[in-house]
Parts: sequence; C-alpha cells; structure tokens
Amino acid sequence: MKTKHRITMAIAALLLIALYFLPIWSISLEAPQYPEGIGLNIHIHTIEGKQPQDLQNINGLNHYIGMKKIEPDSIAELKYMPPIIAFLIVTGLVVAIWGNKKWVMTWLILFMLLAVAGLVDFYLWEYDYGHNLNPNAAIKVPGMTYQPPLIGSKALLNFNAVSLPHTGFFFALASMVLAGLVWWRERVEGKDEKNS
Amino acid sequence: MKLANFKSLLWGLPVIVILSMLMYGCPSQQQLGANADAAQKVYVAPGEYDEFYGFMSGGYSGQLSVYGIPSGRHLYTIPVFSQEATNAYGYSEESKPMLNTTHGFVPWGDSHHPELSQTDGVPDGRWIFINENNTPRVARINLSTFTTDEIIEIPNSAGNHASSFVTPNTEYVSAATRFSIPMDDENLNNEDVPISEYSEHFKGTLSFIKVGDDGKMGIDFQILVPGFDYDLSHAGKGPSDGWSFFTSYNSEQAHTLLEVNASKNDKDFIAAVNWRKAAEYAAAGEGRMVEGEHYRNYVDHDTHTAKSELIEEVRVLDPRELEGLIYFLPTPKSPHGVDVDPSGQYIVAGGKLSTVIPVHSFEKMIQAIENEEFEGEIDGIPVLNYDAILHGEVENPGLGPLHTEFDDRGNAYTTAFISSEIVKWDLETTQVLDRIQTYYSPGHLMIPGGDSQKPWGKYLVALNKITKDRYLPTGPELFHSAQLIDISGEKMKLLLDFPTEGEPHYAQAIPADLVRPNQTQFYKLEENNHPDAVKGEDETRVERDGNEVHIYMSTIRTHFAPDNIEGVKVGDKVYFHITNLEQDWDIPHGFAVKGMNNSELLIMPGETRTIVWEPKKVGVIPFYCTDFCSALHQEMQGYIRVSPEGSDVEIAYGTGQ
Repeated sequence: MKTKHRITMAIAALLLIALYFLPIWSISLEAPQYPEGIGLNIHIHTIEGKQPQDLQNINGLNHYIGMKKIEPDSIAELKYMPPIIAFLIVTGLVVAIWGNKKWVMTWLILFMLLAVAGLVDFYLWEYDYGHNLNPNAAIKVPGMTYQPPLIGSKALLNFNAVSLPHTGFFFALASMVLAGLVWWRERVEGKDEKNS
Repeated sequence: MKLANFKSLLWGLPVIVILSMLMYGCPSQQQLGANADAAQKVYVAPGEYDEFYGFMSGGYSGQLSVYGIPSGRHLYTIPVFSQEATNAYGYSEESKPMLNTTHGFVPWGDSHHPELSQTDGVPDGRWIFINENNTPRVARINLSTFTTDEIIEIPNSAGNHASSFVTPNTEYVSAATRFSIPMDDENLNNEDVPISEYSEHFKGTLSFIKVGDDGKMGIDFQILVPGFDYDLSHAGKGPSDGWSFFTSYNSEQAHTLLEVNASKNDKDFIAAVNWRKAAEYAAAGEGRMVEGEHYRNYVDHDTHTAKSELIEEVRVLDPRELEGLIYFLPTPKSPHGVDVDPSGQYIVAGGKLSTVIPVHSFEKMIQAIENEEFEGEIDGIPVLNYDAILHGEVENPGLGPLHTEFDDRGNAYTTAFISSEIVKWDLETTQVLDRIQTYYSPGHLMIPGGDSQKPWGKYLVALNKITKDRYLPTGPELFHSAQLIDISGEKMKLLLDFPTEGEPHYAQAIPADLVRPNQTQFYKLEENNHPDAVKGEDETRVERDGNEVHIYMSTIRTHFAPDNIEGVKVGDKVYFHITNLEQDWDIPHGFAVKGMNNSELLIMPGETRTIVWEPKKVGVIPFYCTDFCSALHQEMQGYIRVSPEGSDVEIAYGTGQ
C-alpha cells in the first residue's frame, strides 16, 4: 500500500478517538412548558443531560408514565463500547502499518457490522425503555408506548421527541469513508499500475 | 331698550357654553393619552419582554415591587423589611435572622427609596439597595435571584429617610436620620431628657455605609450634625463626585406642631458633605469610636441561611473638630428632594413650600468655599452665601415642588405635589418648557437612569399619592397609582397608568438586558451545604432528640418523602427540614400543616427550608404542597400522627410500601 494511503488509514483509525469526547447520538424533547428544550446526549461511555439537570428532570417526567429511570451506571452497553472502539483504533493502526488492502476491507466490514449491531442494540434499548412500563404508573394511556424514534421525530403525549446522530457519529462516519476511500484508491491505482 | 340688552346678553351665551365645555374638557385631558398611539407604545405582545425592569418601593408594605416598563405589568414582589407568609420570609428558620435588630425581631418596616448599584455613574444591575425608615435599616437585594441578601441596621439614627443613595461606583450607600434625638456627648446614647430641651440636646447623624466588591455592607463612619430633620439625599457625580447632598428641614429646631413651627424660616439647608475627605479622615483613624450596637444580617450562600452579626462600635466624625467635612447651602423653603443632574454640575432642590425651584451650581459652591463667602456658622458648619452659589431659580414651577429627575438632553422634570403636575424645564436657562397634569399629587418621579450619569430618557413614571377615580374602586383603601409618561418628544404625553402595591415612594428602572441574562433559575443541589439538607430520598429520616423531633424531608414532583410520620407527641417541637430535590426552573414546592401557628413554606428548587410546628392536639394531621407543581399536585400530601403527651408510640416514617 502506498504511504499516503497508510497515513490516510491511520487517520481513519485515529478519528475514532473523538468518540471518547463527543456524543454520538442525541435525543431532544420539545414541549410547551420547556421552551428552552430538554434532552440527552449519548456518549459511548455515558448518557448525559444536554444541561446537567436534564437527566434528573427527564427521569422525573418519565416516572408519571412508568418508564424506568435512565441510570448510566447500570447500562451494560456503555461499559462494552469504549473497549470496542479502542479495539477498532488499534486494529486500524495495525492495518495501516501492515499495509494490506484486503485487511482494510476486512476492518471496514467489521466496523460496519459493529455499527449496525450498535444501532440494533440502541433500538432494542429504546424499545425496552418505551414498552416496559410500570403497571402502577399514574398516567396510563391505552395502547400508548413511549419508544423514542431511532432517527427522526415522534410525538409522545405532550412531548415531541427528536432523535439524531451527534458529532461523534459523524467522526465515525468520516472514519468509515476514509477507510473505504483507501481501499478503493488502492484498487484503482493498483489496476492502473498493472495496465501500464 | 330692554330687548337690546337681552340680545347683547344672548351674545354672551356661546361664550359661556364654550367656556363650560372647556372646563369639562380639562378633566378629560386624562383621556388624551388613551388613544391608539399610546396603547401601541405600552403594548408588549404575549411572549415578548418589557424594555425595562422597574423597581418601586412598597412603602408601608415594607417590600420592593418589580414592574415591567412600559407595560406596567406587576412581575414580582421582593420581601425585604416585612414578613411575607407567601414564601415564609421572616417565618422560616433560615430567613428569620434577616429581621433581627437591637430592638429584637422586627417583622415590619416601611421601605422608601430603592437605588440600583452603579459603576462609573451608570446602573450596573448587580444589586438594588432600599432603606427602611421606622427601624433604621438598609437592605441590599441581589438581582440574580431577586432576594434580599443583606440588611444592616443604622445605629444613632431615629428614622432613616435620606437613603439609600449610592456614590457613582457604589463605594458608599448614604443614610441620614430623619428625626433628631437627644444624644449624650460620650457615646451618642439616646437620653432621658425633657423634649422641650430640644435645641440643647438633640442631634442628628449622617451615615456612610461602605460596600465591598462582594456587596458586604459596613458602616464606615457617621457624621454628627445639628438637630434638624434630614430628608433626602443624592450623591454628586462627574465634577461633584466625592460629595453627597442632604436636604434638611426644621432648622428652627421645633419639637411640636412642626407644620407651623418648622415652616417659619425663609431658608433651610442642603448639607453638602465631602465624603471623600470624610473617608480619608476615617481611614486615618480620625474621629472616635463610640458605642453603637447594630446588626448586620446576611445570607450565607453556602448554606442558604441568614446569619446575624452584632457590631458593637461605630466611628463618629465631628465637623466641629474636623475641617472641610460639611457646608450648608441655604435653600428655600423646607427643601424635600435634592437631585444632582447627569453632568454633576447642578444641585436642584425641591423646596416644598417654596414658590421657585432653586438650582445651585457645584462650581460656584467650590468657589464660595475657597473664597470663604460664608453667611455664618452652625455647630462648626459654615453656611455659604445663597447668592454666591445659585445657578438660577426656576420661576412658576407649580405648587409644592418635590423631586426632580433628568433626561439625556439637558432637561429637568419636577413634580409639583400641590398643583398635581410635572413641570419640564431647561437646566441651563431654568426656563419652564412644558407641563402635564398628573392624577393626583405626585411625590417622587422616575426616569430610567434619571438620577445617574446616563438617563435612558424615554419614559417618566410619576408616583402619585392619591388614586381616587382612576380605577375600579376597592373600598376605602386604594393602591397608589403610577403614571407612565412619554418624554421622548417636545411635549410630554401620558401613555398609561397602573395601580401599584402599597405606597411606592421612589422607583428605579434599568434596561432588562442588564439584568435578565444573570438570572438564577434554580439552586444546584450539589452546592447546597445546608446542614439539614437531604440530597436524595435515601437520606430522608425522622429523629427524636428529647422533645424535639427533626424531620428531614424531601419534595419532588409529586410526593413528599416521608409522607407518613408517626411518633410525634403533643408538646413536641417539630422541625420540618425540607429540601426541594427539583433541578428545574419554576418548580418550587409548598408545604403547609393544618393549624400550624406559622406560615407555609415555599421551597425553591435545590433549596432547604425549615419551619417549626408545635402540635397541640391529638390526631392525624394532614400536610400538603401549596404550589401547583404538576398534574398530580393534589396528590402531593402526607399525614403526621400526633399522640398524647407521654404516650409510647415510637418514631416511624416511610413513603410507599
């Protein structure tokens, strides 16, 4: 593999460091009595309120309808995610040093599989929070569940929930695009050299 | 012949009709403002904010009211010198110390003159000060929380009217005694002497309260002055920075029927005080320390709890011993207000019995002092020559001129109490330019920034003492009226009037942008270091200590923890220490107990408040939240079981199963 492609591959791996600092997803809640907005930022290792007090306030609001408390410490995924990302960074760097086009693709496929698995897991987690309601909840609306959308917006009683990727996600996406680019350029330039 | 006479009389009829129409037309001048143009100027659409915060003293309510200007909407009332059952100010254990004085706990006071803190002569939106007259005190209110942060008592004072006026960088808040009292030479203690010996024994004091960068107040010095009545004050600015001016009446030193006996002299005095020089004297240890017990009460922000500190001494400066402290400016006649214009050159007095408004020149005053143009001396204080210091007299200013404020274009506006009008005049020429009727009898007036170096000069508010016929009547008592007048053009225009709480004496206003961004929305729970706070429901508990029961309770939408309490007995002293666990704006929780001989509590998010209950009857007593907090607010309740004295019911408590 060419040096410039090795460097690009290394950058693709290193971009993932941003995931330790930036949220990957966000859920915003809009309601008339919260004109200033209220919401959650989801990081690979924790869930935080957009404002420090938001998590407590969302838990407080959710208890009326019997949703479980969101307690970042008790969510297993938030423990697995950081080492998985670390694994991707290390293997990405190894691929860059090793310089094998096929392994770039292998790494990329692995990354994408993990990403899809993450989204599926996120969906299941949302499903559980939105459906697994306390039967003693104060407010019970027949047929109503409170699963936020995976992406996009959805009306949940007086709240409109908006779920969107956050900055960290775009770093991950950029990492994938760069790795894909490396594989593709190697392929194209490799063919060119053969043909010439 | 007779017919001809009759005919000529007929000619007069239209004149009478027109005259009577004019006369009926006069009162309806009050309707002139009620047109679409005026309505548009005061209309603040739903969801939009007023341009200014207006702060109006509550007068005999002892509080400070907050209004939006120009809408006249009542936004809030800040408890200051009077207990407020609504939020337990002066009732809760945390706030009771705010009302401590050397006379004990004083639950009422009359608030008079609010004044915003200033930086470089411009209101800065950090704090607002306000004085109490009856039990001499000065309070500092924090404008990030709109709560009273500190109250200091003024010793050696018998009525604190001439405050709370600040110097251009809030170095000092000045105060002065309204009523002189007999004071012994040694320690200024109030003496047991015949009142008829007024002129021999009675004295007054002018006090200067130093304000720290953090707002902390302390009386730096007091100046001993002759036994007159000291009325109002304002600090100099620009060229006159370093000086403060105090009006006085009763230079006759009368002690009975003052309406006659204190109105005899043609001129009384404005006391011009060189506070910078006085501060230098004080810093150099001049004067003497005398007994002067007074309380300083302040909120400890760490614990959200007020604390009282007794200060035993105060420094007193005597103008008979220290030169250059004070000069008397002769001023006709029983002057009330004293106002310094934005340029700091002119000192305007409202001679309430005077037929002119005297305007003194600061520059001429300094020259007169240098040239020693003195008419005489009173108790070591030189009296300057009236003609030597006079810039001019405003002729025909209306009857009973009281107070003057200024716009940003060199105009002055004076209230005429007796003739119920506001008179606009030119500061340089002292010529009257315009006048407008008010309804009725204006005392103070206020222009946003109108007593500072930067008047915003768009609106004027007249604070009227008489309200009858302005609004739907409310029995014998009518809230006083404020009238909003547009002063942006040549002619003054009445835009709006609105009733106010209590009897506002003075008011201040500041652009909302200087205050609104700094608002506290809730107190951070992790920073709540109240010793009785609970940070979560797992910390709630009930403990018995002899006959005291301490209940450490939490509130959150929509329950108390604990909500069932047993083991309390008749004769116990029950302390409810309640922490509001919410961390959300505008979610206070209330707390009330049936039959409690105290107030309710209103606990702000993240705050801890304590109230004491002494149960006298056996039974199960309900308690509940009083502030509608959520859809399940009505369900936010609990029970406390009270057993007979000496029974063996153990302490028990819980929430849920």
